[in-house]
Amino acid sequence: MSALEQEGVSVTSVRPGRQEALGVEIPTRKRRPVSLPLRRPGRRFRRLISPLVVLILWQLTHTFKLISELKLPPPSELTTTGWNLIAHPIPAYGSLQGALVISTQRFAVGFFFGAVVALILATAAGLSRVGEAAIDPLVQGLRTIPLFGLIPVFLVMFGIGDLPKILIVALAASVPLYLNTYAGIRSIDGKLFELGRVLGLARGELLRNVVIPGALPQALVGLRQSLGAAWLALVVAEQINANSGLGFMIIQAATFLRNDIIFVVLLVYTILGLITDWIVRRMERRALAWRPDLVAQ
Amino acid sequence: MSAATRDAAVVAERTQLVAGTRVVDVRGLGRAFAGRSVLQGIDLQVNAGEIVALIGRSGSGKSTLLRILAGLDAEFTGGVEVNGRVAVAFQDARLLPWRRVRENVALGLRNDDRNAVAEKELREVGLGDHLRSWPLTLSGGEAQRVSLARALVRDPNLMLLDEPFGALDALTRLEMHELVLALWKRRRPAILLVTHDVDEALALADRVVLLADGRIAHQERVVLDRPRQRENHDLVEKRIRLLTELGVHEKGAVL
Ligand SMILES: Nc1ncnc2c1ncn2[C@@H]1O[C@H](COP(=O)(O)OP(=O)(O)OP(=O)(O)O)[C@@H](O)[C@H]1O
Ligand SMILES: [Mg+2]
Repeated sequence: MSALEQEGVSVTSVRPGRQEALGVEIPTRKRRPVSLPLRRPGRRFRRLISPLVVLILWQLTHTFKLISELKLPPPSELTTTGWNLIAHPIPAYGSLQGALVISTQRFAVGFFFGAVVALILATAAGLSRVGEAAIDPLVQGLRTIPLFGLIPVFLVMFGIGDLPKILIVALAASVPLYLNTYAGIRSIDGKLFELGRVLGLARGELLRNVVIPGALPQALVGLRQSLGAAWLALVVAEQINANSGLGFMIIQAATFLRNDIIFVVLLVYTILGLITDWIVRRMERRALAWRPDLVAQ
Repeated sequence: MSAATRDAAVVAERTQLVAGTRVVDVRGLGRAFAGRSVLQGIDLQVNAGEIVALIGRSGSGKSTLLRILAGLDAEFTGGVEVNGRVAVAFQDARLLPWRRVRENVALGLRNDDRNAVAEKELREVGLGDHLRSWPLTLSGGEAQRVSLARALVRDPNLMLLDEPFGALDALTRLEMHELVLALWKRRRPAILLVTHDVDEALALADRVVLLADGRIAHQERVVLDRPRQRENHDLVEKRIRLLTELGVHEKGAVL
């Protein structure tokens, strides 16, 4: 199931017919039942209820002394811990914002290179038989290698600096993006390439008008997957060998049995993940505006 | 130069050309798929400004012939000559769903006023209100008109239409016939129209070419003014002959 479908947007039912897409009844034509994912104002907030309940229950574990706050610190304590990490950092951990900047940089650089390489390879493999024969087996092989098994290898090869972490992030980001973009290009209706020939489109025009927009829906699904994979890879890579960054903070906190700090850092990772996810969603809404289920809204 | 004078100039130019210029010249054309012959010994000439309807049973090779003329298939034997600008409209309107209607029509045009030209063409096919619509929101007939506008905007000498009205209801189909004839009268491109429908062929074409077993089995020339009366004695006779050639014997039946 694609990310779009998870949001209740049907991906496969792209069919013509404006009236049908609008759900308007017209007597002269066969009418199909249409269910539209209408965005009512209450919907957003309804989705917030269950997380809030969990948060309240979590706080109650503290109020009724059910679990030691050393093991599961309540949300109220996490705000204090978070604030202290920002305002009064101590040398053992460093400041939260400092760690955030370092980790974000590693993520951004790694993700950027991974994504660029993935897009280039996917385009080459998707558009030419030679490219496919040369590239696809390599990437398919690469994807079967357990990524985190490579961390010690990279440690030996590149030491404990930024490079091995960036490489792990790049690898994690590139595989899903490559696979989805490649599949997206291959899924483009061959008739549209034929149309391009009939209209005498040049290579660049074909790329801009057929290949990129045609592969985009699937590529965006890949982008989301690769963002998730890249964040995960960063967390793991930073915990195994680092002397700075969010992952390093977690390792230090574990040494001093400070679960509250670990929770705060995990929260920061979560927020970062949500932000990147939100960005992709915005991109999806813009780039896929032509779909009838979205047009109708 | 105004649109009207430009069209008039085009018509004048084409009318001079009509005196014998061939837009399509096919001699001894053959095409086989994996050893199975689909077309053989096809001789077909289409003059400038002429409307030729190509009919035949399903699988008789109509689309194959059209694809060869459109330059989409080079694996044929024999001689194929196509002169001038060619535009194609497919049975499925084949619009890019991610480009708005106007951009679909302007696709591949290189001139600076490409959008203005596309808009003018869309107005001519009656879609002036849909310039910024997404293709997937159009009705079937509207999508076909966009496809027609996209072909016309290239100002072709030859339009290859592969059952462009096949998926439309009878009423919309008649509207499309009128539209095609109106546009043809103004610009006079040669048209090669593939259809299943004998009535459609007889309503529009100067010449009806019947394809069977990979060969041209029969031809009918129609020299009546358009619009034509379906009940015209001459047409009724031609209809019966064509249907008989196609292997259908009921009087007036449509394939
Ligand atoms: N690419 C191809 N590979 C193999 N066989 C093909 C190919 N294209 C067409 N054929 C065969 O050639 C024959 C003629 O096909 P074509 O599409 O030209 O028929 P048609 O007259 O257009 O039929 P219809 O009216 O159903 O569209 C068919 O038997 C078809 O199976
Ligand atoms: Mg066909």
